Amino acid sequence: MTTTLRRLLALAEVPRARIAFAVTLGTLTVVFGIGLMATAGYLISRAAERPAVLSLTVAIVGVRFFGLARPLARYLERLTSHDVAFRALTRARVRVYRRLERLAPPQLDSERRGDLLTRLVSDVDSLQNLHLRGLAPPLVALCAGTAAVAATAVVLPEAALVLAVGLLLGGVVVPATSVALARRASRRRAGARGELASELVESLAGSEELAAFGQESDRLRRLRAADRRLVRISRRAALADGTGDGLRLLVVGATLVGVLAASVSAHANGGLNRVLIAMLALLALASFEAVQPLPEALRELGATLAAGRRILDLTDREPSICDPALPLTAPTPPFTVALENVRVRYAPRERPALDGFSMRLEPGRRVVLLGPSGAGKSTVVNLLLRFIDPERGYVTIDGRDIRSFRQADVRRLIAVAAQDAYVFSASIGENVRLGRPDASDAEVEQALRSARIWGWVASLPHGLDTLVGEQGRELSGGQRQRIVLARALLVEAPVLVLDEPTAHLDPPTAARLIEDVFAAAGDRAVLLITHRDEGLDLADELVVLRDDAPV
Amino acid sequence: MRALDQRLLRRAKPVRLLLAADAALGVAASVLVLVQATLLAAIVADAFSGASLGDVLPKLELLALTFAGRAVLAWAFEIGGRRAASSVLSELRLALVDRRLHDQPSALDGAEAGEVAASAVQGVEALESYFARYLPQLVLAVTVPLAVLLWVGTIDPVSAGLMLLTLPLVPVFMWLIGRYTQERTREHWQALRLLSTHFLDVVRGLPTLRAFNRGEAQTAAISAVSERYRRTTMATLRVGFLSGTVLELAATLGVALVAVTVGVRLADGDLGLQAGLTVLVLAPELYLPLRQLAAQFHASADGLAVAERMFSLLDGPAVVPRGGRLIAPTPAEAPVRLEDVSFAYPGRAPLVLNHFDLELVPGETVALVGPSGSGKTTVAKLLLRFADPTTGCISVGGVDLTECRPELWRQRIGWVPQHPTLFHGTVADNIRLGDARASEQRVHDAAVLAGADRFIEKLPVGYQTIVGDGGRPLSAGERRRIAVARAFVRDAQLVILDEPTADLDRRSAEVIAEAVERLRIGRTVLLIAHRPELAERADRVVAIGEGGTAVAWSDGL
Repeated sequence: MTTTLRRLLALAEVPRARIAFAVTLGTLTVVFGIGLMATAGYLISRAAERPAVLSLTVAIVGVRFFGLARPLARYLERLTSHDVAFRALTRARVRVYRRLERLAPPQLDSERRGDLLTRLVSDVDSLQNLHLRGLAPPLVALCAGTAAVAATAVVLPEAALVLAVGLLLGGVVVPATSVALARRASRRRAGARGELASELVESLAGSEELAAFGQESDRLRRLRAADRRLVRISRRAALADGTGDGLRLLVVGATLVGVLAASVSAHANGGLNRVLIAMLALLALASFEAVQPLPEALRELGATLAAGRRILDLTDREPSICDPALPLTAPTPPFTVALENVRVRYAPRERPALDGFSMRLEPGRRVVLLGPSGAGKSTVVNLLLRFIDPERGYVTIDGRDIRSFRQADVRRLIAVAAQDAYVFSASIGENVRLGRPDASDAEVEQALRSARIWGWVASLPHGLDTLVGEQGRELSGGQRQRIVLARALLVEAPVLVLDEPTAHLDPPTAARLIEDVFAAAGDRAVLLITHRDEGLDLADELVVLRDDAPV
Repeated sequence: MRALDQRLLRRAKPVRLLLAADAALGVAASVLVLVQATLLAAIVADAFSGASLGDVLPKLELLALTFAGRAVLAWAFEIGGRRAASSVLSELRLALVDRRLHDQPSALDGAEAGEVAASAVQGVEALESYFARYLPQLVLAVTVPLAVLLWVGTIDPVSAGLMLLTLPLVPVFMWLIGRYTQERTREHWQALRLLSTHFLDVVRGLPTLRAFNRGEAQTAAISAVSERYRRTTMATLRVGFLSGTVLELAATLGVALVAVTVGVRLADGDLGLQAGLTVLVLAPELYLPLRQLAAQFHASADGLAVAERMFSLLDGPAVVPRGGRLIAPTPAEAPVRLEDVSFAYPGRAPLVLNHFDLELVPGETVALVGPSGSGKTTVAKLLLRFADPTTGCISVGGVDLTECRPELWRQRIGWVPQHPTLFHGTVADNIRLGDARASEQRVHDAAVLAGADRFIEKLPVGYQTIVGDGGRPLSAGERRRIAVARAFVRDAQLVILDEPTADLDRRSAEVIAEAVERLRIGRTVLLIAHRPELAERADRVVAIGEGGTAVAWSDGL
């Protein structure tokens, strides 16, 4: 637990001085609150002895000072700690991104679910609480609690002992108990919740089919059963969770009674001035503010640590692809790229995704790669981009092993319009310019023309500046595929790989598109991956991937 | 927001019970606060005038009891609130699914369903905060200040007057908090959300970024965007936190003011020590519940947001009215006609279908072809009565479908959607969706006819293999074959197939096409396609153009 915490603090690193500043301000807030009540208690007791009003001046000034200073300290503390949270978040994002960026895409893809990344992002988000709600409250409790006990000790050591025990109980035992109880309850709850959630997702996502097949009542019955289970468990959990608050009040009461008893008997024995009794009692009562946020903080810290472990799991993976120590200089065209008798596995012991496969891409030639889904077409793309290395055989560029070049150089030589290429939440222009940010508008237009989508882009009110929405949501499948194609065309790499560029197009449009792209490619080598007919007649060479999967 | 509050509170009996209980607990808690302050002051005053520990012991015991009482009340508040929260959410969840299935089957896509389900389950935490923290605090914010004022009024009217003077500021602060903090912090949350959306976008696109050598360049972008948001958000927070500070200032200055005045009057001999101490101990209690209410504001806002989302899904008119008196004739004997049918999604202007006509004669196979977005799937959904035409009429043997009971009509239809859903369960269970009572033999026969048998037998435990969420993943072609098997097992008179071969490789497409050949024997079939191969086998081809109007069929489509 502590190593995870230490590593996370390093990941979301914030200058120590800022944290110290936030903790100091937090401590002052609590101490000023204690000061206000203690001074007020003293003021009233002393006043009851009916001295000259002038002799009360110091106490009066003290009360006013604490009354003004506490809100100010609180305000500054909130600002500082939110600033710390933001800085921590920025730092964590950049560092996590750097680690992820070194990993080859198949390493991130192994879980195969968008959920993984969505969760990663929300896990990283939760790191903002690390300092604000996880680290600061215990430190503040420690500092302010110590100050309260020390102040009490100066006046009456017995009372200080009582207060110290009370604060320890309230600050350590009560939070630990309530978190332990909550954890047991929430573990049981998580299972019931997951079950209900997946039933709900199914019912909502499959509502059309459930209605079409008359399953409405059956489904509702099943859901109600799962729901009742969850409600029952939740009720039991509530019994446990409610104890935290109650315990805290019991501890406060016991401490107050103890401090009062100690003060009263000390006074009776002549060991304590009577004007200090009220002060000690009110000080004790007010000092529990220091430990009040701890149960919540502990819970928060637990959740943040769990999120942190998931992040570290991912960022600790070693990159499967590395640059050579002494890279060769990238070749200049014309050159040939070849796969020679390669075998690829994504995981040891798994069926090879490709086995004994060979293929050559020569300048100016148009190669069409045919094969059913699952036959390893996307693996060919991963090999060419060096997202994965073959277990046997070679990928060569200009006759040299792809592993002897820098990855960045390889990817400059090969442009891929991937079927699952990502469209960013940005404008059409920015998405096309991804590989060449400095391309002129005319060049972008030309690329879009070759992808046969310029007419549509030009007809939009904002043209190239049109935003495509989150993950390109505003685009149809065909539009999206053609923007991805234009992006690859714009790079003008010597090797162009087109992965199912016509999946969403009707046959005549698809045929014209292939014709245009083949013509625009000129001296470049082009690999067209498809399971359709278009372009077959224009190919210089056909490569067929065999499908071993059962039908 | 207030309206929603009331809606949520009106929603259910458990909530009304909770409110009554909270009110009672609130009164009890206020009384205990007064007792506690009075006892504390009395003990100190007794000791001040020389009492020994033995003299004050009974009062100390009472004080301890008071705290025990407060502990029990706090516990009760929490449990009551949590119970109410889980009951309310449970009720909302079931209402939501009931409504989807019966009134609006066709409205959510998978991603949305996931999000809705998540808030319907996880949202309970936000609602728990609302019921277990915010509502009790709301009660206490009324009862405790009132009790304190009344009590202080009886022991020291001057202090009560002072408190009254500072108290009218409180509604102003509450208003300030309501408006200011809410708006400012909303900006804060929005900034955080935007940032995390940006980060998610970059992380999701990482393979593409790397393919184009742009991976490293994004580091600077992430840092720059975050930094920019930090600066603008901090600027808004500087103002946003002011209202809380002002409220706190009122509280501490109020206490200071009471303390100083009481002190001066004690020195003048106008007041006794016990009365003065009681007033001092009670002074912070006047403001504390209000400040805590402000602190719970976020919790309440999150809880209400969950409720709001659920209510918005529950709202809106039923797309398909329940009931209907007639039983539709069977499509095996009577023709199904779409006459002059137009359809637009509620709240969205463009017509998906525009004066569209179609007739399905018993026993024939009609192919419906057209470019994507022309409304082919909408025709299927109207036939299944997931929605009713905006204008025009769908009839079976002359009986208007809207007059018929939807569930009985759907019993006659077999539907193979373009993206069939596999429900968590065995392959056999999934085929049985077509007919829950089908025997093992019939399930097996249906699978054979659908061309699904061969791949099912190759699964580790055949028909007993668990599929769906968390089960074995199946390819698009395999899923469709299971959906076709559903249609066979249902033995429906009318079968609607929506793009059964789209995006499949040639071999999978051929298997499906053969299954469709077997399926059309003795049934009326509507075959939706945008590729010509399948359409060629139909008895008749109907083409639909862009904008949902019928057009003449030409081979060149």
